[in-house]
Amino acid sequence: MSTLNVRVAAIEQVTPLVKHFTLMREDGQHFPTFSGGSHVVVAMDINGRTHRNAYSLMGSPDDTEAYHISVRRQEHSRGGSVFMHDNVVEGSQLQITMPVNLFSLSKMGRKHILIAGGIGITPFMSQLHDIQRNGYNYELHYAFRSLEHGAFSDQLKARCGNHAHIYVDRLGQKLDLRELLGSQPLGTHVYVCGPSSMVTAVLETARELGWPENHIHSEQFTAPPMGDAFTVQLAKSKTEITVPNDITLLEALETAGVNPDSLCRGGACGRCELDVLELDGEIFHHDHYLSDAEKASNRKIMPCVSRARCTHMLLDI
Amino acid sequence: MGCLAFKKETFRDDYTYRNSPEAIHRFPFPFPEDKYMYSVNIEPHVSIKPGSVFEFPFDIDEHYVAECQDKAITLAKDPGRYAVLPHMMDAQWDVLELIMESLSRDYPDQFKLTKDGNRWTWHNLPLGIQDTFTFGDRSTMAMDPFEYIGRQTQGDFVLLDQREGTLFADAGCITSQADWSLAFDVGMSWHQWHAPVPRATEIGVMDRALKFMMNLQLGSPVRRLNWTMTINPRLDTSPENYPQWGTDRNTVTPENAGDKIHLRVELQTLFRLPRSNGIVFSIRCYLISLNELATYPRWAKRFHRILRELHPDLIEYKGLTKFHQIAVDWLARFDDGAALEIGTQPE
Repeated sequence: MSTLNVRVAAIEQVTPLVKHFTLMREDGQHFPTFSGGSHVVVAMDINGRTHRNAYSLMGSPDDTEAYHISVRRQEHSRGGSVFMHDNVVEGSQLQITMPVNLFSLSKMGRKHILIAGGIGITPFMSQLHDIQRNGYNYELHYAFRSLEHGAFSDQLKARCGNHAHIYVDRLGQKLDLRELLGSQPLGTHVYVCGPSSMVTAVLETARELGWPENHIHSEQFTAPPMGDAFTVQLAKSKTEITVPNDITLLEALETAGVNPDSLCRGGACGRCELDVLELDGEIFHHDHYLSDAEKASNRKIMPCVSRARCTHMLLDI
Repeated sequence: MGCLAFKKETFRDDYTYRNSPEAIHRFPFPFPEDKYMYSVNIEPHVSIKPGSVFEFPFDIDEHYVAECQDKAITLAKDPGRYAVLPHMMDAQWDVLELIMESLSRDYPDQFKLTKDGNRWTWHNLPLGIQDTFTFGDRSTMAMDPFEYIGRQTQGDFVLLDQREGTLFADAGCITSQADWSLAFDVGMSWHQWHAPVPRATEIGVMDRALKFMMNLQLGSPVRRLNWTMTINPRLDTSPENYPQWGTDRNTVTPENAGDKIHLRVELQTLFRLPRSNGIVFSIRCYLISLNELATYPRWAKRFHRILRELHPDLIEYKGLTKFHQIAVDWLARFDDGAALEIGTQPE
């Protein structure tokens, strides 16, 4: 995997919970351009353990001097965002992957509806550059809790004019999904990024209204949920490992010196998929990658976010 | 590579194409073992062995000028060999940037790129081309950016758009294809255009390859070798022109086999494109006659075993039926039956 060493050039507190980080390359070179909706995975060294979080690139894809990410502080997570907020300062060094896009605009779309909740606005910040450069027909719907949490809302109103629709929850402003998705022309694509309740609502509403599945796009990076410890057996490595309660299966495999391929570490990209050969218990699937049928079959697991309750799970690695 | 001397030669009519001893030595012989199986065999497209065809992202060799001239003839006769769907403009600029930056960095004596903001000047010395244009502004070029750079690079190019959980071949500049048609394939999805490959779909190879390609990362291109055989050193073996080359297969005799029968190796590379999130699939064709190949008996011996053991479905699929036995018999004299070490090296 290609990685880049970067230095934090600037930090801006955008809202009480969100910081915007400007990253520049250590070697003084330019970054590659990227496509709207791309993310990078940031590697942090937290107490000797490498922690990796995916963050959307929110700058202009044509700006190759710097990359921009925004991080919302998640108090109840395992510490990646807290580390970014409390320990990373201007001048700090980080390592990032090259941009990856799991949330790209469908270039064949006749119209694009972008729906963002809170920090879920970030992938749209770069997509809007592509949309405007290509002259696509679009609407942006951006919902957040209260005025102080509306990161970038003034900037977006200025950039998008009457294409932007803002909903402030505290002011009682609600996005009516049924109304919005029920009145779109044929060939429209909808994109949603935000809290899982919002993503679920958009997916369900669109499906109920008969939207084609490949016109519905969502992106969620799941912080891996913790749970009880469990034990797995590895068929190819011929060994057994225990996954402690606060470590992911992927991290436990890596600690044991088994290195499955991996990329986003948020259950989105599918890169770390493993085959489950035998299982005597239950898998808790937390990813957004496997189909419902694949999840129900218990023949596959995404070790970056998913866990199990079992005494015996034989993995094909 | 300042010493590149470009040959005057033809890939049609009188077929004067020949490989120099240096070109033979660097030929990408694709068989590390005695048995050939259709497989995806993808590896990172990283630089190895100075002087080899794997040294740079895009290989330029002694056939460059003649090959570009042959490409121009094919495009003039059949403009349909270049096709692009309208939503691929970002990908067109992506591929122009990728190739211009690579060639000017890797072959600085032959290609020069200067940038003044978005105002770019491209200087192609071997072909005597110099143009200034505004990057991203189609109106500043005489033709599409993809066609412009496609005409100046050896090999064929397909631009893939990634959407709906698969890849679509939505643009192509195809003048040296091994019997497949751009006009037929443009706009097709991954599984549609691979449907004819025998013994591949059934073993799930295509599903795995698609998954791999969808995960292709910016800055981490990959490559694989594919192969077939061609009678006479002809680049344009397209279905459209089948009448012009198909019957050549009937002209092979044991006496002329060494001259006429060519091993045709495709260096296929895949690069993720930055702005469009598309993929460029490059298919670079290398041709070598059996006579040239046999200057390294190790290769002739290995190739004899490959052809002798080739599955009948693949003989048919690759279009070798008419001359397969002649080639096996011709190569047999080099095969003493002794074991060969694994590896593609000539000696």
